[in-house]
Amino acid sequence: MAQGAQKIVFRPLNLARCIIWSGFALLLLVLPLFFNKGFALTLMCQIGTIMIFSLSFNMLLGQSGMLSLGHAVYSGLGAYFAIHMLNLIGKGWLFPVSLLPLVGGLAGALFGVLFGYVTTKKSGTPFAMITLGIGELVFAMSLMFPEFFGGEGGVSSNRIAGEPLFGFITFGPQIQVYYLVAVWLFICTAAMYAFTHTPLGRIANAVRDNPERVEFIGYETQRVRYLVLIISGFFAGIAGGLGAINFEIVSSENVSAIRSGTVLLFTFIGGVPFFFGPMIGAVIFGFFIVVLATITKAWLLYLGLFFVMMVMYCPGGIATLIMMQFPIVKAGRFREIFPSYCLAVAAGLTLLAALVFAVEMIYHLSLEAAAGTTKAFFGYDVEVASATPWLGVALLSGIGAVLFVAARRGISTHWDRIMGDIIRSQTA
Amino acid sequence: MEFFLISLLNGVSYGLLLFMLSSGLTLIFSMMGVLNFAHASFYMLGAYFAYQISVKFGFWPALLMAPLVVGVLGALVERFMLRRVHKFGHVPELLLTFGLAYLIEEFVHLIWGRSSLDYKVPTEMDGPLFTLYTTTFPMYRGFMMLVAVLMLLAIFLVLTRTRIGLVIQASLTHPDTVEALGHNVPRVFMLVFGGGCALAGLAGVIGGNAFVTEPGMAAAVGSIVFVVAVVGGMGSLAGAFVASLLIGVIQTFAVAMDYSFVTLLKSAGFVITPDTFLYSLWKLTIAQTAPILPYLFLVLILIFRPRGLMGTREG
Repeated sequence: MAQGAQKIVFRPLNLARCIIWSGFALLLLVLPLFFNKGFALTLMCQIGTIMIFSLSFNMLLGQSGMLSLGHAVYSGLGAYFAIHMLNLIGKGWLFPVSLLPLVGGLAGALFGVLFGYVTTKKSGTPFAMITLGIGELVFAMSLMFPEFFGGEGGVSSNRIAGEPLFGFITFGPQIQVYYLVAVWLFICTAAMYAFTHTPLGRIANAVRDNPERVEFIGYETQRVRYLVLIISGFFAGIAGGLGAINFEIVSSENVSAIRSGTVLLFTFIGGVPFFFGPMIGAVIFGFFIVVLATITKAWLLYLGLFFVMMVMYCPGGIATLIMMQFPIVKAGRFREIFPSYCLAVAAGLTLLAALVFAVEMIYHLSLEAAAGTTKAFFGYDVEVASATPWLGVALLSGIGAVLFVAARRGISTHWDRIMGDIIRSQTA
Repeated sequence: MEFFLISLLNGVSYGLLLFMLSSGLTLIFSMMGVLNFAHASFYMLGAYFAYQISVKFGFWPALLMAPLVVGVLGALVERFMLRRVHKFGHVPELLLTFGLAYLIEEFVHLIWGRSSLDYKVPTEMDGPLFTLYTTTFPMYRGFMMLVAVLMLLAIFLVLTRTRIGLVIQASLTHPDTVEALGHNVPRVFMLVFGGGCALAGLAGVIGGNAFVTEPGMAAAVGSIVFVVAVVGGMGSLAGAFVASLLIGVIQTFAVAMDYSFVTLLKSAGFVITPDTFLYSLWKLTIAQTAPILPYLFLVLILIFRPRGLMGTREG
């Protein structure tokens, strides 16, 4: 662009952004019309809560390069404060239940101030280890002070407390809780997205990419990390408060390393480099934790395998996979590569089927041996001890491997050609 | 005196076991910058393999073979998984080992089930070593200490007295120069990773039957090992040794002590009743706080000496 030739165009509204955000709001609004069963509503409430939680987690990991292994501390402690407040409301305190997540958020931020002072002294791997230590510390403490943490059973409450909002919203029916979660989700998502555009959010990106240069231009990286951690703790606390309203019980599991590990897994699977990645991760979380866990005992194994595969072959997560297709779609050449993708999906499904059969049969042999050697698969009884099903597994893996090789070759040739054309057309 | 000596011995033997674990972790970390989150999982695998081998061939072959198998497994993990994500940086490497820890635990569920295994101390070790006043000290504990000390000696000799040890030490600080001199640094990394995992496996072989062999054993010891590595100073073997002993002894003593602020203040003349402000804090006994002591120690070290006891760099 020539000097001075740039025309300043005043664009008061970013159209694409408006469409995306109103679409998001609309989606939140109409979802219960389609999924109005009790189970689906509870699941959506849970997913919404996890979305806020994982977005706050990604403030650290994706935007500031801080891998926290103890993020559940903030959401869990926030949840504890929220549920104690809820109990106080039940005893007659005047505080609206709908603002309860704010209590959780403030508690999360408070503990962010406290723990962040220690943890953000370091970055990178030492930071990860220290957050792990803090997480263990809080978890061990939660069992030491039963007066506050409720011991093994946790603290339970009743969300129908205080004056109803607008006279009729008591948060008794799940649908009202859903809309509460939806409103908070929308506000928090917008706030966290706005945060990425503030000077602090920008300098946090710089701290992630090159802390040394940030120090040279006069910022203290430790303080940037500290501030981001406090804000992230605030949003995690909001998620904790919403969870407390949704489940009406908070136990030491809420601050455990398992919870911290879960948010890490799903945020990463969803996609760390993009703002919306963790939201995809939260939806996958719903699938794994709620759907798959009820079907099979081996769901953690599948989750672990899925995660390791993502780390090894697609460290940008699913969001990156989607965004990578954008230039191709934009150039109108998605049709060329589409058959190869179909082939890849077929290969993936075949390999997955082989894996699932093998794992389920081994699980059956090791854990359900007392129930005999036959296992029911989709209505068929399979004799696990005989050779036939294992030959089937071998055959499936063979077919899957052949398909996989073919798909990989197809994708890479098409990809290289299309991207090459796109780059050439841009530079020309 | 009896309590003191026995607790000290128990603490030292526990600390030495911690050192067997943290030494591998520290070696791997200082060489490759990889925090091996699955380190405790390799410890668990060591115990399970040892059980499987000892059922067939007895304990002594297991003592030799199980660490070797775990070491080979570790080398394979480095070669085919870690090396692939190495180019993405340290955080993906950490995440990979994090996922691996999940996977190994689930594989253990898959193969050996969810309950604890009957992995026993060998019969020839199943007796008292000596009697101190009235308490007997089990022979197996002594054996654990012996193995740990021998291992410490072996690491020291390998690192300082052999050619490969010198290459390893040089690759720690100057990998590029070592590579320029014609050494295969990636292979050295693979060896170190496999070796570190083998050390964890050895700890599993002798720790699995001293304590309990179950799928939760990795999680039980995992975070303590990280505490040891940070407290000792990231990447310092000597620091890991001191920190292991310190944490082992502190924890063993704390578990056996039944004092609280209430008893302390009572001896000073104050009376504390359940109505006193913050009573739940005052009534905690030291034994009850034992699980958090290592982490408290970690936080204190980070505030007052961020590079750890013997660390040379602030990471």
